[in-house]
Amino acid sequence: MSFVVAENIFQSYGPRPILERVNLEVEEGAFISIVGASGCGKSTFLRLLLAQEQPTRGEIRIAGSAPASEPGLDRGVVFQRYSVFPHLTVRQNIVAGESLRTSAGRFWGAARAAARARADETLARIGLEHVADQYPATLSGGMQQRLAIGQALAARPRILLLDEPFGALDPGTRLSMHDFLIELRRDIGMTVFMVTHDLEEGFKLGDRVIVFDKLRWDPTDPDAYGATITYDLDTRTEPGVSVASA
Amino acid sequence: MRLINREPGRVVRAALIALPFVAVVLAYTIGSEIRLAANPADRLLPAPSTIGETALRLFTEPDPRSDRILLWHDTRASLLRLAAGVGIAALLATLFGLLIGLLPVMRATFAGFVAVISMVPPLAVLPILFIVFGLGETSKVVLIVIGILPFMIRDLSQRVLEIPRETIVKAETLGASSLVIALHVALPQLLPRLIQSVRLSLGPAWLFLIASEAISAETGLGYRIFLVRRFLAMDIILTYVLWITLLAFLTDIALRWLGRRLFPWAGAGL
Repeated sequence: MSFVVAENIFQSYGPRPILERVNLEVEEGAFISIVGASGCGKSTFLRLLLAQEQPTRGEIRIAGSAPASEPGLDRGVVFQRYSVFPHLTVRQNIVAGESLRTSAGRFWGAARAAARARADETLARIGLEHVADQYPATLSGGMQQRLAIGQALAARPRILLLDEPFGALDPGTRLSMHDFLIELRRDIGMTVFMVTHDLEEGFKLGDRVIVFDKLRWDPTDPDAYGATITYDLDTRTEPGVSVASA
Repeated sequence: MRLINREPGRVVRAALIALPFVAVVLAYTIGSEIRLAANPADRLLPAPSTIGETALRLFTEPDPRSDRILLWHDTRASLLRLAAGVGIAALLATLFGLLIGLLPVMRATFAGFVAVISMVPPLAVLPILFIVFGLGETSKVVLIVIGILPFMIRDLSQRVLEIPRETIVKAETLGASSLVIALHVALPQLLPRLIQSVRLSLGPAWLFLIASEAISAETGLGYRIFLVRRFLAMDIILTYVLWITLLAFLTDIALRWLGRRLFPWAGAGL
């Protein structure tokens, strides 16, 4: 059985269908890019993966466990913005990745020192050790997103969900963030889902590119039908696949 | 150049800041002189020098009957009432703000209720407070609490709701319980806003304090003002008013300084 299974997912907001008949199976360690036009339901699908929303029909399972009713430790997430805690320093943000799950929400004594040491290792790996004691507001957008990814990974989730993580960054920073993500993935081999509206980015980073679109279209009522997966492209074994075919 | 783009220079800016203050003092002085010229015994607009002498006397000379410097005594009594009222309101508002802002069940229970309660004019229930809590300290503190608490709860719960959903969801994915989210994510982000809320509430808090002191008290700044009103002692009243204004102004500055000091990450938010 596949690592992540989405089975016959339907999602509608009131009478308005967003997604219909979405089926997806993903192997452990895969990087899935989710692309599509605005309003095609790709972010909705990510929220379903995150268990922030429940599908109207169908279910999503990770590693065969029961469908989740709310976001939890098995799903890490990085949003376009607001993914780090503004009131914590960079190091405290990484430590929070481990400490928030405790009943008191923080560490004391030896556990605290150990967590800080691990946080410093993480910061060295994501290249933020020189700003460890600063607050996120003083960092650039790219550094904040690196911190957000580092924090999500510190919690050791089973899958990592990225919702347009580089959407607010300038093109140069975006390219260096791609290198950062590729390198990080080589190290840890995490299963990643990334929603992006940038096709090129999707193909560059993803092992698979999933395209959401509407199969049926009523010109008099554009909201009548929901979107589903229209293309499922394996970028690693089909070098002939180009951006144009999506 | 458009008016909206014309920035005053440093000197001009300083002069403009001083201008309304100078104008008020000047207008008062002129008015006072005109009245005193017509009637040297006029009590309505005492000369600034008279106010200065009265102020010096009030701040330094003890009352012959009680042998206490009444102004300091009044200040102490009023500030204690104010601190108790505002402190209790701030604590309760933080608690209810978090509950209403974070928990949909609490929001459904209390949001409408608080919205209705905040429409009750606090001074209209003052007689009830005097009947229920007596004429002592309790009723004055309770009036301040009732006066500013509904506003503060609404303000703070709204601020909790304004914390980006992404931040809360992120904490959920890090395994945080509702309590941990409240204490480690929402509360720290609420505290700088609490200081803002307290700053905004201090005006009404002074109003309710002075109103309750005016009606029933044996000491306090508001009590003194309303007591000497009977003797048309404008010099004392004006000294007290200026003193209260100064106290309120200094409190505001201190709170702003405290907020910036305690919450450096909040940056321009304060």
